[in-house]
Amino acid sequence: MTNTVDVDKRRFLTNATTVVGGIGAIAVAIPFISSLSPSAKAEAAGAPVALDISKLAMGQMLIIEWRGKPVWVLRRSDDTLSTLATLTSELSDPDSDDLGQQPDYCKNPSRSIRNDILVLVGICTHLGCSPTHRPELAPEDLGPDWKGGFFCPCHGSKFDLAGRVYAGLPAPNNLVVPPYHFVSDSQLLIGADPVGYG
Amino acid sequence: MRLLDWIDARFPASKLWNEHLAEYYAPKNFNFWYFFGSLALVILILQIVTGIFLTMHYKPDTALAFASVEYIMRDVNWGWLIRYLHSTGASAFFVVVYLHMFRGLLYGSYKRPRELVWIFGMLIYVALMAEAFMGYLLPWGQMSFWGAQVIISLFGAIPYVGEGLALWIRGDFVVADATLNRFFAFHVIAVPLVLLGLVVAHIIALHEVGSNNPDGVEIKKLKNGQGIPVDGIAFHPYYSVKDLVGVIVFLFIFSIILFYMPEMGGWFLEKDNFIPADPLKTPEHIVPLWYFTPFYAILRAVPDKLFGVLAMGGAIVVLFLLPWLDRSPVKSIRYRGPLFKTALTLFTISFFALGYLGTQPATGLYTLMAQIFSVIYFSFFLFMPFYTAIDKDKPVPDRVT
Repeated sequence: MTNTVDVDKRRFLTNATTVVGGIGAIAVAIPFISSLSPSAKAEAAGAPVALDISKLAMGQMLIIEWRGKPVWVLRRSDDTLSTLATLTSELSDPDSDDLGQQPDYCKNPSRSIRNDILVLVGICTHLGCSPTHRPELAPEDLGPDWKGGFFCPCHGSKFDLAGRVYAGLPAPNNLVVPPYHFVSDSQLLIGADPVGYG
Repeated sequence: MRLLDWIDARFPASKLWNEHLAEYYAPKNFNFWYFFGSLALVILILQIVTGIFLTMHYKPDTALAFASVEYIMRDVNWGWLIRYLHSTGASAFFVVVYLHMFRGLLYGSYKRPRELVWIFGMLIYVALMAEAFMGYLLPWGQMSFWGAQVIISLFGAIPYVGEGLALWIRGDFVVADATLNRFFAFHVIAVPLVLLGLVVAHIIALHEVGSNNPDGVEIKKLKNGQGIPVDGIAFHPYYSVKDLVGVIVFLFIFSIILFYMPEMGGWFLEKDNFIPADPLKTPEHIVPLWYFTPFYAILRAVPDKLFGVLAMGGAIVVLFLLPWLDRSPVKSIRYRGPLFKTALTLFTISFFALGYLGTQPATGLYTLMAQIFSVIYFSFFLFMPFYTAIDKDKPVPDRVT
């Protein structure tokens, strides 16, 4: 029976307890952190929405809610479509090379399945405001070179009528094209890819 | 006094009272700028009390929130008063805190040995911004919704993890019921607890090193026979009474605003926030409340998402570094040289200008001006180690004047 204290043993036990306790604390934190992620209910609430576009006039835009976000459906004229090709040099990503911003079947000059119908998620890729539709030519506040498009009132980002972002502005990417397809000539289904995709 | 003796034997009541009030010696030359610390404490109590009563009627649910605030305003007895006390109190809190921080800049109160007082104070400021931001979502008006949408999206600018982080903060793919509910929890319990803890730490750190003063002279260097600083006077009753005058004057001004212009023409409660949140339509002109606009202007001045967010965060982070950026041996503006005085003037102008520009649309000339003033804002900090080192400071007296 000795009274000497085995310091090494004590230190080992202290360290071991700290490490095991620390791991336990981290393990307990996981459920709490994870509880803040979208719930199963929020994950499930993403069903496609249908829209009748037969009454959509030329140049008119409809806004419909999908997954809580505004989705724009715009009918474009041939004039508008021919203007798109002339803007290339002013845009950040004119050819839609950033693949996350649209489905494969919309990686084309008009960023759409049917040239006349544009479908976009109306959320600015900068900080999530919803840009305003500004189809008029050369309005006072946007300058004489404005060819029609979308203007974000929050931080001044501009997009053309295919949702492509103008260069040198805060928004980094083109507006997102959601998955969609035409059920018939007049029926649009937003949130589901065409047959054979996705 | 037998009751007090009984308590003192079990809990240091007299000791705490003496250490922090009756025998806490503060410099005798405090001026106007020294009202704002105790005023901030008064407003903190006001916000906690009014907040508790508001939670008794408010409903944190996207379907009910907007109507429940209107219910408080119209149907709850004195509900309008409690709600306006809380909303006006929030703006008053920032007015007082900004003046309190500016006092620190004027008299070098962040300098050695008060670095931790400053750091705790900055943490309070950050917690206060979080508190205000999350509280503003609760009425579920248009500005509530879109303000939250924009600020949470800021996190999305962080490479790789950003989008996931923003999703985690929102708890849904857009600002939604989950977001409102958790912001309510953070606003009424989590952040206030942190805030109270930080305030205690701020005051303990201050009372450990002692208060600075308009001369920037350490009063602890000269003590009399009893070990009391010769230029110090007891906080209670001298400054408790002085601060009481400040509180009365403050309440006078506060009441005028509260009763005659609680919305302050859209500055304290924005007009668009009287419209219920609509996730499909952003208001024409979206601006944060006035106390965030300087940082918002910096965010918009940078034409790049990630760098804009970094600049905005950096504008707050540099404030934390102030004690180490300032190389001057002199604390108070009274004995500083012309370089620091000029720099501080320019900084103050740029802060106000950015605050104004943050409320204006982000177009043409406004953006250019925001860029110029952002550069001035950051120059104040970035060049501080140089201009404070070579500045022609004046000699500092041994005692307060």
